[in-house]
Amino acid sequence: MEEIKGIAAIGAGLAAIGAGIGIGMIGGKALEAMARQPEHSGMIQTNMFIAAALVEGVALFGVVVALMQG
Amino acid sequence: MKKTIYKLIFASLLLLLSPPTVFAERETPNEESFNPTPKILHHIQDSYEWHLWGDISIPLPVILYAEGSFDVFMSSEFHHGKSKVVKGDRIYKIDHHHIVEENNKEFINISITKNVASMLLAVLILFFVLRKTATNYKNKKEAPKGIQAFLEPLILFVRDDIIKSNIGPKHKKFTMFLMTVFFFILINNLLGLTPGAANVTGNISVTFVLSMFTFVIITISANKGYWKHIIKPPGTPTALLPIMIPIEIFGVFTKPFALMIRLFANITAGHIIIFSLISLIFVASNNGENVVAGWSVAPISTLFVLFIFLIEILVAFLQAYIFTLLSAVFIGLAVKEDH
Repeated sequence: MEEIKGIAAIGAGLAAIGAGIGIGMIGGKALEAMARQPEHSGMIQTNMFIAAALVEGVALFGVVVALMQG
Repeated sequence: MKKTIYKLIFASLLLLLSPPTVFAERETPNEESFNPTPKILHHIQDSYEWHLWGDISIPLPVILYAEGSFDVFMSSEFHHGKSKVVKGDRIYKIDHHHIVEENNKEFINISITKNVASMLLAVLILFFVLRKTATNYKNKKEAPKGIQAFLEPLILFVRDDIIKSNIGPKHKKFTMFLMTVFFFILINNLLGLTPGAANVTGNISVTFVLSMFTFVIITISANKGYWKHIIKPPGTPTALLPIMIPIEIFGVFTKPFALMIRLFANITAGHIIIFSLISLIFVASNNGENVVAGWSVAPISTLFVLFIFLIEILVAFLQAYIFTLLSAVFIGLAVKEDH
């Protein structure tokens, strides 16, 4: 485990890719929905934050494991 | 007007693009280049004294309970780990940020560390500010001004959009806890961004306790429908039950666990990013040797740090909001009446 230097950083970077893709998709769909129905922007924004926090939580699991390793 | 803008752009480009030319002067990278990791980790962790700057630190009381009596002394007696403290027949010393007793005797450590002192300060601030808001709301009949004008919409936002809309009719029982959690996390996140501050919400013990409160409240106030939904989620075919039940039971524990990890990792990652960008200056100047390189990296580093600080202020509000929101959603799920 200690042989490959910096593998923890690669793990954290992969987790960040997952977070980026997930939150990007959530944001994009939320913007599309807000453009279709501007009167419901508040509700869409609230649900976007909830979903983004859940996705980011999973990515941060990966970051925490990387922090513990390296 | 246009000319001054062009001059400004030219000057800032010169300033920002000068570092690469300085680095071109270095002949070979030497083996003893400055490693910022220990310093960064030291700034994020808890400690027994409050380090302000340079050699100035405020010593904090160390309170230990061993063999039926309390040992109270200031952490300055440790002299940064160089000397041991002898109380009766117990000898204490600091080993890698932990207090150990030489003869491996058991003791309970309830000292006032940097995080505890920062939490006490945050609680004092919160108490006085919110109390002033409450008494002004009760007594004065005019439009609110000052800190009350900032806090009242925030309190109403938390009550209406987070608590009422997620818990439903029984929200009055849980408003106290959720409001406290929101403002506690918010003020500790914001205080952690000030210079010389302690990293309270980035301490996994603190977030563990907060999510443990949520877990206990959910478990105590859950009605029968909640447990029935775990044993048999509505709408699942019976053949799937053997896998659904372990997953649902597992889910009861992973939801507060995710709350804890989310807050801890967001705040700690933010602080690590800010410290790493500032230590760019130290890495470039090799801890003081190459002054010109250090000074030329400083504008870029400061700009990045400013940008990240603004994001971190947003993250402070957002993480407090998300923690409270998810706690309210879980509590709402637990007390929901079946229609």
